[in-house]
Formats: sequence, structure tokens, C-alpha cells
Amino acid sequence: MKEQDKNAKNSRRNFLKKGIALGAFSATAVAIASFQKDGVEETGEKVKLLSPDGEVVEIDKAYVKPAQDLHLPLDKDKIREGIPNRKFVMVIDLARCKNALKCVDACNKHHHITGKNAWLKVYKMQESKDTAPYWMPSTCQHCDQPACVTVCPVDATFKRRDGLVLIDNERCVGCRFCMAACPYSARVFNWEQPDQGEITMNMDMTQHGSTPEHAGLPSIKGTVDKCDFCPHAIEKGELPHCVSACPNGVFYFGDKYEDTVTNGDETLRLGKLLEDKAGYRLMEGLNTQPSVFYLPPKDRSDDFKDGLKDYNEFQSVEKPEES
Amino acid sequence: MKIQDKLLNDLAPRKFDKLGVIWISILVLIIIAGIIAYIDQIIKGQVVTNMRDYALWGIYISNFVFFVATSFVGSVIVAVLRLTHNEWRTPLVRVAEIITLASIVMAGITITLDMARPDRLLNLFIYARIQSPITWDVIIIPTTIAISFLLLYFPLLPDLAILKDYFKDKKPRLSRWYGRFSLNWKGSDTQKAIQTKSIKIIAIMIVPIGLMLQTIDAWLFSTTYRIGWDSTNMGAYFIAGAVVAGVAALIVVLYVVRRTRKLEEYITDLHFDKLGKLLALACLIYLYFNMNEYIVPTYTPTKGEELHLTTLLTGSYSYLFWLVTIGGLVLPVILLLFKKGRKPLPMFFIGLVVVIGSWWKRYIIITPTLLHPFLPIQGVPESWHHYFPSLHEWLITVATLAMALLIITILVRYLPVVPIQRTADEQEKLNNDIKH
Repeated sequence: MKEQDKNAKNSRRNFLKKGIALGAFSATAVAIASFQKDGVEETGEKVKLLSPDGEVVEIDKAYVKPAQDLHLPLDKDKIREGIPNRKFVMVIDLARCKNALKCVDACNKHHHITGKNAWLKVYKMQESKDTAPYWMPSTCQHCDQPACVTVCPVDATFKRRDGLVLIDNERCVGCRFCMAACPYSARVFNWEQPDQGEITMNMDMTQHGSTPEHAGLPSIKGTVDKCDFCPHAIEKGELPHCVSACPNGVFYFGDKYEDTVTNGDETLRLGKLLEDKAGYRLMEGLNTQPSVFYLPPKDRSDDFKDGLKDYNEFQSVEKPEES
Repeated sequence: MKIQDKLLNDLAPRKFDKLGVIWISILVLIIIAGIIAYIDQIIKGQVVTNMRDYALWGIYISNFVFFVATSFVGSVIVAVLRLTHNEWRTPLVRVAEIITLASIVMAGITITLDMARPDRLLNLFIYARIQSPITWDVIIIPTTIAISFLLLYFPLLPDLAILKDYFKDKKPRLSRWYGRFSLNWKGSDTQKAIQTKSIKIIAIMIVPIGLMLQTIDAWLFSTTYRIGWDSTNMGAYFIAGAVVAGVAALIVVLYVVRRTRKLEEYITDLHFDKLGKLLALACLIYLYFNMNEYIVPTYTPTKGEELHLTTLLTGSYSYLFWLVTIGGLVLPVILLLFKKGRKPLPMFFIGLVVVIGSWWKRYIIITPTLLHPFLPIQGVPESWHHYFPSLHEWLITVATLAMALLIITILVRYLPVVPIQRTADEQEKLNNDIKH
């Protein structure tokens, strides 16, 4: 048991380390390029960085300078390709979900969702009156055979090698065919000019265009949005906002190739977790092959009814505070 | 030459009378209202429609499907009747060609009205991906527009030359325009040979192109997982429905043209009788596909299908569903079985009901399906659970219908609605046959 815990911890550390290294990549690429040895006093404190060749290197802290512009427009092809040798997956443990809705709040906040249509929803499910009710958080399933990508006429929505299905909001023509095609109703539409206030203004000032990497922000009128698995967080070695916000450890995020997922508190082997808890995917019969796995709502620690106090038919997204 | 003089008098284009002017004015007013509504939609976004994340398509799409359907009349009347040697079609072909052209042009315009980013229209060509059914539409609609135009234009050449001469003294300017468009038609044997061959090729081409158009239109829906759309029946179902909508539209326009232009001698009761039989046949075939689509699945419905079918057959959409099915298909068939039902005036009303039924039929195909997704509709405002078009949507949609009618009216105004040369040729042949 101890051995296993150690393993789990190690792999979690590995996962995070890789992530951090990756996040540092874009910053260091710029920093190293403008690297000057003259006139710098070494501090003796070393910092680990990822070199452009993918090697982890150590340099003195004094040489590390903040990059001029963290929001350099990334190469569009790279965005479409994704992070090499990764395959991101999510596991949602329905047995733990109490409809606390912290995931929804965090998602709305970090993606500056201001419309009436949140990307992440917690469904109140009951398949039939003879079966048990349960709470089911639902994100974009990031299918390996995404119906939305197949029907897009302009390649605005695309599938990356690391598993993410993203949207290029600068290309989307607003036909909404992808929304019609998605069996999980995961996609939302900007029916009007999104009122993202400061965000839009700030991004205009730093000339940060709308990019699929950065959660498609700022959102664009007449285009489709959806859960993006937070590539902006992954890059920084962080977990998606819903995962880190959940007080009940419902969401696990990780890498299928590493066979590891973590909810922030515990890190587990994906294969074993799915096997032990009989993980399944939504509408497997449709053969969309989602990247999101669910663990059945069995042995729930809390009564389903406890979640009802937070349940609303509909609650509008909280608007960002005006300053 | 006597025959031609009379024909010319009867068939040559005429100025609008008072009623015509009023008609045109109303259409223009409706179109202006629609354009204003559309500009507002561009400025504010599609929030002015009642479409939302669940009802993500609305009457723009069902109206588009309707236009695509009525455009099929060209393939049916002109091409199929031609290939099956049904000679009675002569006085009907031009009206059918005009409806086809007007419908397919409007279909192309209507589908772009639904695009939330019409400013990015060119992306459909720049980044075109061939596996998307929308790209197939981008290919087939302009193709159909081109072929429909040629199908109308090539047979017109001799008539345009005749009209050039006819208006030479009366209206020199108009005459010059006819002259320009007649492409120097002299009626020489070489010209006739080229023309005959061209028409033949196009008349054959319009059949597969029309079938492709209808089928692609159906595949827009059946390539999704949606209950009610994900059906292998869709292609054939849409083709059958298109014959119904197209023939009914032809009957209505034909009746109005015949009355206003006093063409009872050319478009006779016989033609209405034949068209009535054709419409009855079309309705029966369509009913057959409707049974495949709605009755057979009731025996083995999945949970989602059961909900969908119940909503249509007995639920919130049942009034519209049965009104469209019985009023727009079953009743017309029964009425058309009687000889009296196939007289021009009753046919006009039957045609009108079938056209209106066809329009709502598309609404019924599109809206209920979207309101029955696999996961329950949750976490959105109550109003997002339903769909009924907004004022903007109605104004824009009615304007597209008015625009189609305006195109038809203008073409009827300036073109001979019954082919002059061909009617003359046929009458001459008939006279010769009698003499011998």
C-alpha cells in the first residue's frame, strides 16, 4: 500500500514537473534568446528550465529575466497540432458530486463567460423513475471521433494530437452545424457581442488576438464556444479550473499515455481507477470515443437531496465586476 | 405566319395593370422591411432571433429547405416529362423554369442569412473541407443556379429574337435589350442544331443535379446523431417532398399567370387535370416515406425516439403535425381523385394549401428534433426550452418569400410565359397533320 502511494506521489510529481517545465518553455524561449552574460552578478541559486531541444537545464537565477511579452502570438499551426506526446483525459467521479457548483463558478470566472450559457453544467440526472438520481457534471467530451469536427465546413473546430478539441473563433463562420452534430450539447453560441469588459480591452492593448489556446478569449460574436480543457492552464502546469475548484475531488485530470490522473489531492493510475470503479463514457454506443470518463454514482457519501439546495432551474452567470 | 401573329398578341410580355403595380409595391415594401430587420440582425447579432443554444436552427433553415424543395419543379416538369415524352408539358415548362431559378437563387441567399458571420463567407471557399455537408451545399447550389439559368435561357433564344422584332417600332429600347439577350439568333440550321443539343444536355443534367441538391439538403440533417434526423430514409424522403412542394408551387403560379394574362387557350383544363394527377401521385409517394419516417419507428423506439415521436404524434407539435399531414397531404389526394377537384380553381386552392403545408412541414422536421437532445435541457433560461420565430425572423423570412415572388413576377413580366416559337412549331405540325 505504501509502495503504491509512493508511486502515485512520484507520478504526480512527474506530471506536474513536466507541466511546469512545459509552461516555462514559452517564457524561456524568449528569455534565453535575449540572454546576456555581461554585467550580471550570479546569485548561486539555480533554476530548472526546459531548453528548446526539450532538455531540462539549470542556469543561475540571475540570468532569468521576464519575457517582454508573454502573449506572443503563437504559431497557428502549433496551436492546431497540440502538445506532442500527450493525451489529456478527464475522469469525473459521480459518487462524489454533491452539486456544489464550484466547478461551474470557477469555469465561468476564468473563461470570463458572461452569457447565459455556461460551458460546464451539472446535470440533475435520473434516467427513469425506477433508477437513482445523481448529479452529473458535463464538459466537452473531447471525443477522439468528434462529430463536430467532421461537419465543420471551414476547419474552424479541430482535433489536436494531445486530445483537445478546440475552436478557432477567428475562422468560425457561425453556421452552428457543430452544435447540431454534438450529441452532448456541449457547445454554446455567442448570440450577441460578449460583454467581457476589461478582458477584451486588456487583450486589445497587448494585441492578444482571440486564440483557441487561451480559451478562445476574448469571445467573438457570432461564433461557437465550448469547454476547452484549459490549455492555458495545462501550459502553466496547472490543472483545469474545474478540477482545482472542486471541493469534493470529483474531477481528475491527467495524461492517458502516462496512465495518470490527479484531482489535486490524490494521483491515481488511470487504468486501475477505471477498472476498479467500472469507469464508463457517455453514450459509448455512438462511437464518439470521448476523452472524459465517468465513474458510476455508487456508494455516495452524501444524499442526492443535499445537492438540491444549490439546484436552480437556471441561474445566470455572475457578471465580472466592473472597475 | 398567321398563327404567330395571334400567338405574339397573346403571349408577348405586357405592361403591369393596376393590380400588378399594387402587387409589386407590396412585395417591395415587404422586402424593405426584411432588409431593415436583417441589418439590425447584423448589428446586434442573432440575439434578435429566438434561436438559442438548443433550438440552434430555426425558420431560416426550414425556409431554406423549402426553397430547395420548390426548386425541384424544374427537374420534374421540364426534364422528367421531357424524357418520358409527355408533350403536354410545353405551356408549363417556362413557368416551371422560372420557379426553379427564383427558388434556387433564394435558397442560396436564405442559407447565408442564417450564417452568424456573413462577413466570413469567403472562408467557405478558402478553408473548404470536403467532408462537411455544408461544403457539398456550397458546390451544388451555385451549380444548380447556373444550370437552372441555362435551362431557362437556352430555350428562350428564339423567343427573344421574335420579341426583338415585335417591339422594334413600339418600344425600341426594350427591343434592343431583347436583341442583346437573343445572342444574334437567326434561326439558322446550325444555330438550331447547337441549341437543341445544348437543351438536351442541360435537360438531362438537371435531373441528377436536382436529385443531388435534394439529397445533400437531407444529408445536412442525417449526418448528425440527432433523433429524427439520423435516418437513412432522409434522402428519398426529401426528394419525394420536393416533388410535392414543387408541383404545388407550379400549380399556384400557373393559375395566377393564366388568370392575369388570360391564357386559358394555352394553359387549359387538361393541363390542370394532368398536374392534379401528378400532384396526387407525388403526395402518395411522400406519404409512403412519411410512414417510414414516423409510423414504423413507433414499433421499436429507443427512449429518445419515443419522446420525439410522442411530441409529434400526440404531444405539443401534434396539431401542426397532423394539420400538415392531413391538410397538406391526405386531403389533397382525396380531393384530387375527383375530376372536379382537378379543375383550375379548386386546384389553385389545393395547390396553395399544399405549398403552405410544405413550408410548415420543414419547420416540423427541424425544430422538434433540436428540442430533444440526448442529455436533458438544463441550465438555460426557461425560454430556451422552446422555439417560436421572433419578429426579426418572420420579417426576414417573409421578405425572402416576397423576393422569390418578385423574381417570378419580373420574369413573367418580361419573358413570354408560354414558349412562342415552340407553340408555333407544334401548332404548325398539328395543322399539317390534319391536312394530310
